[in-house]
Amino acid sequence: MRKDYNLEKRKFVIGGFIVAIVLIYIVRLVQLQVLDNTYKANADSNAFMEKVIYPSRGLIYDRNDSLVVYNTPEYDLVMIPKDVVPFDTIDFCNTLKISRNEFDRRWEEMRKGRNYSAFTQQVFMNHLTPEDYGRLQEKLYRFPGFYIVQRILRQYNYHVAANVLGDIREVNARDIENDNYYRPGDYTGDLGIEKSYEKWLRGVKGKEILIRDATGKIKGRYNDGADDVAPVAGNNLKLSIDIGLQAYGEMLMQGKVGAIVCIEPKTGEILALVSSPTYDPALLMGKERGKNYGELVNNRLKPLYDRSIMAAYPPGSTFKPTQGLIFLQEGIITTSTAYPCRRGYVNAGLRVGCHGHPSPLSLKPALQTSCNAYFCWGFKHMMDNRKKYGSTGKAFEVWKNHMVSMGYGYKLDIDMPGESRGFIPNTAFYDKFHKKGKWTGQSIISDAIGQGEILATPLQIANLSATIANRGYYITPHVVKNIEGVGVLKKSLQRHDTDIDKNYYTHIVEGMRMAVLGGTCTGANIPGLDVCGKTGTAQNPHGRDHSIFMGFAPMNDPQIAVCVYVENAGFGATFGVPIGALMIQRYLRGNSPGLQAQGRAMASRHTIAYPKAKKTNSGNQTDKNKSKSTKPASNDGSQE
Amino acid sequence: MEVRNEDENTNLLRSVDWFTIVLYLIMVIAGAVSIYAATYDYDRASMFDLSEYSGKQFLWAGLSFLIGFSLLLIDRRIYEAYAYPLYGFMILLLIITCFVAPDIKGSRSWLVFGSMSLQPAEFAKTATALALAKLFSTYGFTLNGWRNYAIALGIIVLPILCIILERETGTALVYTSLIFVLYREGMSGFVLFAALMAVIYFVVVLKFAALTLMGIPLGMVIAFIMVMTLVVGMLLVYCRSWILGRNVLLGYLVAGAIAGGLTLAGVHVNGYAFFLPVIILSLLYLLWGMLHDDLKKVLITICFAAASLVFMFTVSFAFNKVLEPHQQTRIKVTLGIEEDLRGAGYNVNQSKIAIGSGGITGKGFLNGTQTKLKYVPEQHTDFIFCTIGEEKGFVGSVAVLLLFLAMILRIITLAERNHSTFARVYAYCVASYLIFHLAVNIGMVIGLCPVIGIPLPFFSYGGSSLWGFTFLLFILLRIDADRGNYGSW
Repeated sequence: MRKDYNLEKRKFVIGGFIVAIVLIYIVRLVQLQVLDNTYKANADSNAFMEKVIYPSRGLIYDRNDSLVVYNTPEYDLVMIPKDVVPFDTIDFCNTLKISRNEFDRRWEEMRKGRNYSAFTQQVFMNHLTPEDYGRLQEKLYRFPGFYIVQRILRQYNYHVAANVLGDIREVNARDIENDNYYRPGDYTGDLGIEKSYEKWLRGVKGKEILIRDATGKIKGRYNDGADDVAPVAGNNLKLSIDIGLQAYGEMLMQGKVGAIVCIEPKTGEILALVSSPTYDPALLMGKERGKNYGELVNNRLKPLYDRSIMAAYPPGSTFKPTQGLIFLQEGIITTSTAYPCRRGYVNAGLRVGCHGHPSPLSLKPALQTSCNAYFCWGFKHMMDNRKKYGSTGKAFEVWKNHMVSMGYGYKLDIDMPGESRGFIPNTAFYDKFHKKGKWTGQSIISDAIGQGEILATPLQIANLSATIANRGYYITPHVVKNIEGVGVLKKSLQRHDTDIDKNYYTHIVEGMRMAVLGGTCTGANIPGLDVCGKTGTAQNPHGRDHSIFMGFAPMNDPQIAVCVYVENAGFGATFGVPIGALMIQRYLRGNSPGLQAQGRAMASRHTIAYPKAKKTNSGNQTDKNKSKSTKPASNDGSQE
Repeated sequence: MEVRNEDENTNLLRSVDWFTIVLYLIMVIAGAVSIYAATYDYDRASMFDLSEYSGKQFLWAGLSFLIGFSLLLIDRRIYEAYAYPLYGFMILLLIITCFVAPDIKGSRSWLVFGSMSLQPAEFAKTATALALAKLFSTYGFTLNGWRNYAIALGIIVLPILCIILERETGTALVYTSLIFVLYREGMSGFVLFAALMAVIYFVVVLKFAALTLMGIPLGMVIAFIMVMTLVVGMLLVYCRSWILGRNVLLGYLVAGAIAGGLTLAGVHVNGYAFFLPVIILSLLYLLWGMLHDDLKKVLITICFAAASLVFMFTVSFAFNKVLEPHQQTRIKVTLGIEEDLRGAGYNVNQSKIAIGSGGITGKGFLNGTQTKLKYVPEQHTDFIFCTIGEEKGFVGSVAVLLLFLAMILRIITLAERNHSTFARVYAYCVASYLIFHLAVNIGMVIGLCPVIGIPLPFFSYGGSSLWGFTFLLFILLRIDADRGNYGSW
């Protein structure tokens, strides 16, 4: 074959290219290794020691600028095993006030740790008090290789809102693996906003470069501290929570299991997020954390389980406004359409009970009296409307999409970890459940009244209330109003419009107002506050019905939307409504001796005895409900 | 005419290129020792302990010597005969890997057999090189015409697509280095030039995007001036059209003077409103001039300038829309636009500190602190050069660079001394891979190149990478050893 000498010359281009690259890299190495003084060569690896300086963790304020969480110092005793020389163990133990056995145990534990390295800093003992620190500081020179690191301890001005605030814990191996920021012994947020806002709260670590001699003794600062990096304190957070309202809510819920969620409709800011039973957030700080944490985990009422956002409950009759909206939007009903109620929905051998009220009813009175039959008929007519949708399956998909647009079935994406998405079934679910094509509106009629497979979190119910208050939209609910220096998270400003015509909301609002004036929630009729409300009484497989209230006030300029969910408390009107009414007054009218007295009465006199055997973990309940057969007849008593 | 030398077959020892073998042995052993240093812990086991990275690497190294020796015994005709089937098999294996491989740190490129795992993408390099060599050595094949270009590019692009599917973008990019092979085999040098210019535009436009001049980003102003300079330069040097070059240059100078005058007089001149019409007018003028002169080269110049303009305007759009956020950040960190010391910039910053702390002679074997204190992640794999830089200093780092340079230049020499197209193309493929790995891996460690996760050949920890390069190199050595037998003029 012919050899092309013209092309052979191109070897010089390719060879030249790599020679040029190598030359550029050598120049760069000269710059990094020869000219740059920052980390000038020092053959003795003992000469430098980088001491990490921990930044102060961001403080947390409530919406009215009351300081909620702040820091005090505590100390960790750390060591670099390579630098430790034999020392007087007895003196060491006495100084730390630990026994020889405990010393040996800690030593072994440290060495077996996954991240153990003789070269890096290991935590020998943490949670030293300032007094321990004082004693040890004087003698530290006798124990080369040991150092003291200052950490922070969270302190609480108000011993409430543990579920919102969360806590901090020592990092584990996985945290260190996933994030270069952490070193063994560091702290990270574990629950609540301490976890979700960790990135902002933790700040930026600083470092001090010290010079040591071969025995490990510190000789001074390198380069007069010119290369030290000052730590940057974490960003402070401003909560949307009103800490007074939160404390009041937690008091109201004493002796009951459940949740209260209050939202400012216009902004999506959560004013109070109560989960009951709750605990003092200070329990999870400092030395006693391990013990207290164990006790909380083993408590049968699961106080660590944040019912306000994690528990998926049947929403019961609070679900009815969504149904009214869907029927109006789909043209199934008009505001004047009336359905008969023969003390319930009675059709083809099936009966969903209701109670005495005039019949037939149109939408607004149906909301006022919480008529089960009305919404069952509407639902049946929608599901069985073959002409409009083609099949029940298709009708149900339309229904489901409306529900999703109203914030059900998916996480609302609150700025806290662990939110549950609730449950809204889809057509595929029922096709699997009942076999494809073998189900009709009648088979799933209990969905119409918030029973059956439907599950929602108290947050989602409160969000529905906010959506109705706003006449058709909601802002992603959130608990942090502002990150100092950063602003508010983009997602916390996100507006979501439902796919329901705004005009239809007027009718729902009027129906809910009628319920307060002369229907199921007259207990919430506070003169001058124009409350709108809806009660709910949800059947559940765990005992007595759950008592629910959903509402907002004032009617024409809504400032607060509420959901109260009390487990196994009976009718909505007995617990849900009075608690909701008190929360609304506490927020709109401020604190007063009268309200405090009423609150204390609610806390002490109205308690529920939860049987020992009863499962209160609603997480289990979610799973059970999903797998349970949906016999509509079981909804016989779901009424107001 | 074919020259045969019967003795040559029996005398492999004399004809094999010992220089390359010695370079290879030095690098592999230095690599395993560096891995020991990178992962060394005060009270951990010896260098050869199989539970340590270094012990395993010595095992891989020992096995790779065995593989290398075996490969030297295989006749080159085997490689020529089975180049295509082997390529087909590797492509199939890559596709299978996409589906059966478990997700390891976001990539699906590892085949796991019990405690062992292999990365087929490393071995696909050899298969692709052989297939490309086979193609070019086919009788009568020249890099001419769309069809032949399409076949050659197809052979290169197919593994790239498979590896992108495995989400190993770094490894996929290695194959783009084969552009050097195409260039050597006759592709227009203009393509290399255009690629180089694209990189320069990209860097300039992004790097100076934040500053403004004449009401538009500074990066665009610089890029406009570069286009103008290139147009004049190409007219004078490439087209050798003195008149067109002079006229365009004069036009630009006059326009520049007017803009400067207006600015001095206090009139605000918008950059786009100035540069775009001036450049487009100059191109129209050239079009008109070309009609008279009928010069193909002028047309190329016009197309180049027009393409440059389009490219400049799409760069920032493509950067923001096409690249993933983490890729954007890596590039921004490299260009010094963003300093993300806690996130994407962390590795690179720590590795620069480690290398910088090495000084001229280094801290000495096992005395590195930055790497041992685990400040540098991936210190035994992609960032192994850090340990060398820290412990062996400037002297050691440059020595490693020179070892690679020597090997690459040697391979180019081997390529050119072979008279068969098959051997030459294969050798250039090997050289291209090494150039890419060297440039990108060390570039990333010293902060001159975005972080792309590819290993430093022979040094980085890992059996697949070491074996992959052993295959590449020893097949080349055998083919080269046979040069006397198969050379044809």
